[in-house]
Amino acid sequence: MENRDGSFFSDMGCINASILLIIGASTLIVIRIFYIIYRSSKPLYSTPPGPLSTLIVLGSGGHTAEMLNLLAVMQMEKFMPRYYIAAATDNMSLQKARVLEDSLKEKSEAGLVGTSHFMQIYRSREVGQSYITSVGTTLIALTHALWLMIKIRPQVILCNGPGTCIPLCVIAFFFKAFGIRWSSIFYVESIARVRRLSLSGLLLYKLRMADQLFVQWPQLKSKYPRANYVGRLMVLSGGEF
Amino acid sequence: MGEADDGLKSKRVVFVTVGTTCFDSLVRAVDTQEVREALFKKGYTHLVIQMGRGSYIPTKSTGEDGSLSVDYFTFSSSIAEFLKSASLVISHAGSGSIFETLRLRKPLIVVVNEDLMDNHQSELAEELAERKHLFCARPQTLYKTISAMDLDSLVAYQPGDATPVAKFINRFLGFTDE
Repeated sequence: MENRDGSFFSDMGCINASILLIIGASTLIVIRIFYIIYRSSKPLYSTPPGPLSTLIVLGSGGHTAEMLNLLAVMQMEKFMPRYYIAAATDNMSLQKARVLEDSLKEKSEAGLVGTSHFMQIYRSREVGQSYITSVGTTLIALTHALWLMIKIRPQVILCNGPGTCIPLCVIAFFFKAFGIRWSSIFYVESIARVRRLSLSGLLLYKLRMADQLFVQWPQLKSKYPRANYVGRLMVLSGGEF
Repeated sequence: MGEADDGLKSKRVVFVTVGTTCFDSLVRAVDTQEVREALFKKGYTHLVIQMGRGSYIPTKSTGEDGSLSVDYFTFSSSIAEFLKSASLVISHAGSGSIFETLRLRKPLIVVVNEDLMDNHQSELAEELAERKHLFCARPQTLYKTISAMDLDSLVAYQPGDATPVAKFINRFLGFTDE
């Protein structure tokens, strides 16, 4: 009788301990995630850091044009080495980035702007692909994204949609949470978005994965108050990229 | 804006572009008698249609009978040249076409494709129309927009500037601005 009671209580104790352990661990994870989100929106360094390795995700046609437009006015000697990633089906974007990099290297002294690398990434879903097969391709795309991110481990991520940047930003967020690599994620919403954020922009905003999100129209700033409105970026110089 | 000075005989081209999309309802709209007449009344002499992946073939016309001359093609590597030589551009709502035309300071009518599922493109066209940088139309109402448009009411688009974003990023990362 006593014995049975004893084992009953020790069983209960065991269950209690494991429940406590699970609660404790999940509390720690939640606290860590909240800390990451809180820390992400704050400036990172109090003293000027050295050059930061930078990942630039090129969307496609219009998105790539807008991104290169921004890169043209950035001080590239602070963002190096630079890694450009575009979708495997997009042949134009990396070529345009190469033209920009070549003109940079011509303009500056040797080695000052650092090295640049160009990579392609599998897309999780092509237009018109069925949802059943896209489960498999999504897994392949995620694995590929993880492999690229382990290789690059960027400190700065610049992206402006569409979907290509999402897996990379999610992985970067996990790198932050697990202390593998801290990165600052900047997302610039396309000029074509006036009243509503794109799906990529909305995901990064709602999940608070982007450190800073920029919009190009005041309507978006009033709808999404944590976004930064800094006016329109397109300089309309055209043709040179 | 791009017109030659030799009076009645001057060539004034309307360039219609659908980019890489399939936008038959626009091609069909500019092929109607109403739109052609509205353009001719406004003093345009030539209509050139870039029809992209669409399947609707517009009717060609040499314009010898004193009406609008009409020509078309599917794709061209020299879209920029067509834009430059145009006196009026009628375009789909893609941001690339829109800003390329505004950059060249050409009068522009953007026609929104209502058949697209996620039609966020109309947002940009409508906002820029509200700011009087262009006219915004639907395929069915294109001829009305052409008849009613007043090119003098258009305001030139001021180019944007990416440096505030670059500075913001620098400050956030702790870089000092030079």
